[in-house]
Formats: sequence, C-alpha cells, structure tokens
Amino acid sequence: MKKNWPLWEVFVRSKNGLEHRHFGSLHAADAEMALENARDVYTRRNEGVSIWVVESKYITASNPKDNGELFEPAQDKVYRHPTFYDLPDDVKHM
Amino acid sequence: MKNETLYKYILSIADNSLILGQRLGELCGHGPSLETDIACTNIALDLLGQVRSYYQYAAKLAGDGRTEDDIAMLRNEREYLNVLLLEQPNTDFAYIMARQFLFDVYHVLFLQELQKSHDVTLSAIANKAIKEASYHQRFSSDWVKRLGDGTEESHKKMQTAINDLWVYTDEFFHLTEIDKIMVEKSIGVDVLKFKDQYYNRVNKILEQVTLIIPESNYFLKGGKEGIHTEHMGYLLTELQYMQRTYPKMSW
Repeated sequence: MKKNWPLWEVFVRSKNGLEHRHFGSLHAADAEMALENARDVYTRRNEGVSIWVVESKYITASNPKDNGELFEPAQDKVYRHPTFYDLPDDVKHM
Repeated sequence: MKNETLYKYILSIADNSLILGQRLGELCGHGPSLETDIACTNIALDLLGQVRSYYQYAAKLAGDGRTEDDIAMLRNEREYLNVLLLEQPNTDFAYIMARQFLFDVYHVLFLQELQKSHDVTLSAIANKAIKEASYHQRFSSDWVKRLGDGTEESHKKMQTAINDLWVYTDEFFHLTEIDKIMVEKSIGVDVLKFKDQYYNRVNKILEQVTLIIPESNYFLKGGKEGIHTEHMGYLLTELQYMQRTYPKMSW
C-alpha cells in the first residue's frame, strides 16, 4: 500500500456568475473523498457555491525553465495592448 | 417544572448531539489525516450548533435561571439521556466512522419526522439540522463503503467495528415513557415508524461492500433513561472539567 493518498487540486466558485478559482490542494483516496475533503477544508466558512476537484497528476504545467521562450517574447510587444486608441470621452468603463 | 416532560424530551435529543460532538472533538489535532481531522471536527461543530438551539429552548422551559451552558456542563451522569452508542470510545477510525454512520442514518430519519412536530421550535431546529445531518450521513456512509471495500485489513476493521457497535442500534427504537407521552401529543417522533427503513438503509450499504450484517438479537439499552456504560463518566469528566474547576467561567 502506498503511504500517501494522491494529491488533488481544488477549484471553488465563490459566487454564481464568477469563475472557479484555484483554492489549494489536498490529499484524498478517491474523487468522492476529494470533494468531501474540499468541502470541509475550503468551504466551511461559506466560501463557495461549487467545487471542482482534479487529481494533480492530470494537470500539465509549463516548466519554469522554459519561461524565457514562453513568456519573454511578449514583454516588448506593447502594441498588443489596445492602448493606442483615442477614446471619445463619452465611452465609459474602458 | 411545568413542562418537565418536554424539557426531558428535548434533552434526550440534544444529548445525542452533545455526546457525539464531544467524542468527535477529541479527534481535534489527532485525526488520521489533516483532511479527516477537519472533517470530524466540522461535524462536531455542526452537532454543537444544534445542541445550542435545543438547550436554549430547554433553558427557557426550565425558567429557573439556568443557561444553556449549565444544562450542557453541569448535570450528573444519570441526568444525561443520550443513547449508549454515542458515548462509545474512539477505538480506531473504523469505530469512529461506524458509530457515525449508525447514528447518521437514524438522525436523518428522526429529523425528517421531527420537522412535522407540532412544537414549532423543535420543528424549526429539525428543519435546519437536517441539511447538516444529511451531509454527515453522506460522509460516514462513504467511509463505511471505502473501508469495507478497501484492503483486507480495512474490511476486517470495519466489520469488527460494525459487529461491536451493532448491539447499541436497537436503543434508537426503544420508546421511553417520555417518548410515548410526546408522541401522543404530536410533539415527539414515533421512532418505530421508521425502524424498518433504518435497518434497510444500513443493511443496503453494508451489503454493497460485502460487510456482513450481524445477526445477533442481543441488544443493550439504558442511555435514554440515564443508565450509561462505563465510558460515560470519563467522557463527562473531560467535558465538564473547566466548568467544575472554574465555576461560571466564560470567554
């Protein structure tokens, strides 16, 4: 028997209409247990209306080693931000 | 006391939650994993929340200046009316979950009926408590299934716990004199009405994971009338220590 239960990532939607956000992780032997543990660990102070759990091993993450090629090219391309338009004064909330 | 029967009836409901809550509270910081530790103490807090509503109501009926805390902390062993099952010790995690499961199935069925009580306060408390109890039932049933269906060892431990605790299940369906009067007045719950349903529900889950349903016809009772097992004194010593040592202490 393996000593530790697998790790799960927990996503909680705090209000209807908002998106699920990553809240943290926990250990659980199966999906049902992960959901119940997430409910008890992360939503006992009224933080959520919906919970997703996914076993951490199913998340593919980018490697920090690749940050140069993945993210640096975007750093000097300010023209990709829509900040060069003259906005009429009447347009609000932009 | 004018409403002594109702007062005692409320205690018999509330004491179940208090004593189980105390047992679960013992696990705080000692649960088998961080997650189950929090889960068990969460359940304990749910139960204590229910207990407060019941004791506040009881204190009002008593009308002799005693508060909910006095009722919870300052009675003698014979005055506690919880069923014997709930004072049984936290022998291991299988016992803890089996005890929880055997109670939760009863608790949900009981609260369903208590919602229909002609006493509006009891009916309102039941209405609120049943959501919590339904979650507890889901949590403990899942653990009974998980251990029953897990490794050879976990199966053995769950079977042992079920066998040992089975002897206390029949007490749920023992009607005391107080119960009978309350049923007559449509305030109390006629527990016999859902006895079959209780065992059907319990047995179905045990069968699902090939746990054997104990066949014994030997059952213990007494808690509902204040006659407790040897574990109760130790439990109360811990529960009451602060109030007995520092009377009237609060924070």
